[in-house]
Amino acid sequence: MGLDALAAACCVLPVLLALLAVRFAYVLWRSGQPSSRSPTAGLRCLIVLGSGGHTAEMMNIVTALQKDRFTPRYYVAALTDNMSLQKAQVYEQSLIQSGEKIIKNAHFMQIYRSREVGQSYITSIATTLLATLHAMWLVIRIRPQVIFCNGPGTCFPLCVCAFVLKVLGLGWSSIFYIESIARVKKLSLSGLLLYKLRIADQFYVQWPQLQQKYPRAYYAGRLM
Amino acid sequence: MRRRVLGFQCMFPNLGRASPRRRIPLGTITILQWPTEVNLLRTGEELGSRERRVVFVTVGTTCFDALVKAVDSDEVKEALLHKGYTDLLIQMGRGTYMPSKVSGNSTLQVDYFTFSPSIADYIREASLVISHAGSGSILETLQLGKPLIVVVNEDLMDNHQSELAEELANRKHLFCARPQTLQETVEAMELNNLLPYMPGDAKQVVTLISKFLGFPVD
Repeated sequence: MGLDALAAACCVLPVLLALLAVRFAYVLWRSGQPSSRSPTAGLRCLIVLGSGGHTAEMMNIVTALQKDRFTPRYYVAALTDNMSLQKAQVYEQSLIQSGEKIIKNAHFMQIYRSREVGQSYITSIATTLLATLHAMWLVIRIRPQVIFCNGPGTCFPLCVCAFVLKVLGLGWSSIFYIESIARVKKLSLSGLLLYKLRIADQFYVQWPQLQQKYPRAYYAGRLM
Repeated sequence: MRRRVLGFQCMFPNLGRASPRRRIPLGTITILQWPTEVNLLRTGEELGSRERRVVFVTVGTTCFDALVKAVDSDEVKEALLHKGYTDLLIQMGRGTYMPSKVSGNSTLQVDYFTFSPSIADYIREASLVISHAGSGSILETLQLGKPLIVVVNEDLMDNHQSELAEELANRKHLFCARPQTLQETVEAMELNNLLPYMPGDAKQVVTLISKFLGFPVD
């Protein structure tokens, strides 16, 4: 009985893996293609904020977004980051007060950090796993259609989880990575991983030197 | 009394002027029911017609004791005085080294605080900004059109911050220094050689992203 089950598993497993591989290849190909259909409503956005200059740069991008096309907006920052969500809240509040027809549907959430600044890489493995589980939970809850990130470590687990859900057919999110203006010659670790693993649909850099080094990246000038 | 009033004036330079967006800095609310108009009038008389040229030093949210120590050293303060600056205001962030507050005539007035929700007002009031190499501080200062010396923190591992500072220094938008070379940078700097920084625009990237998502092009 046990052997039969084992035999069945041995037959089914390769088929499943093959299907997964095909699906994976399809997702990779389809992610790089511009959408042929125009979205009918606003797209649900996940906006990843990070400490230091990351939030300032991201808010700069959010300011330029057409608000009716990118709504509702979910802002995510690390648990230990106090200022970022505050800045986002101030901005969303200013939108409501400016009298535009903005519905109050911005959401603000926190996520465990994969790695604190200066944390040893060995302990980072455990914290990254925890952050990944938390990221999966957040992505399942939010089901974003668009993800904006620009480099903090918090974005990597979120993007990976969103990509995994894409492969499993549980929701499609277009991932846009805009490398920080502070990266002139080398990509950040998050950026490098997302570029090499082709997880981002579109990868933007802000300096021509980087675009030459990473040809699949787009260069559209500096953002700040 | 006089020193504390001057210290208060340094921390709240906009007091007395209409400034609707004035935010009280965090970490500097040490003064309780403070100055009545009488004290402020006294301060006005004391500072009189002396034009204040403030050097604003910022380390952002980091701990950068090397910079604060360098700026607080006699050599750098002398160099700044020599260049015509009158006040030194240090935002020291998480640093552990406390500079010494100084007030009095014929010397550089020194004051400091830890954090502020927004340093834009301090940058606007300053004639020179000395900053750590954080991109936010650098770009905020350049966008406000102020002369800038960026000091790179050599104690940071994986010092990617220096890339931006060096690139902008190469493009002549700012001066780059290390804590040890700050004095000679101040002495040698020619502010007229700096080129104005043209801020970038996020609209191009947003247009490309919108197009990719299938939205009609405006």
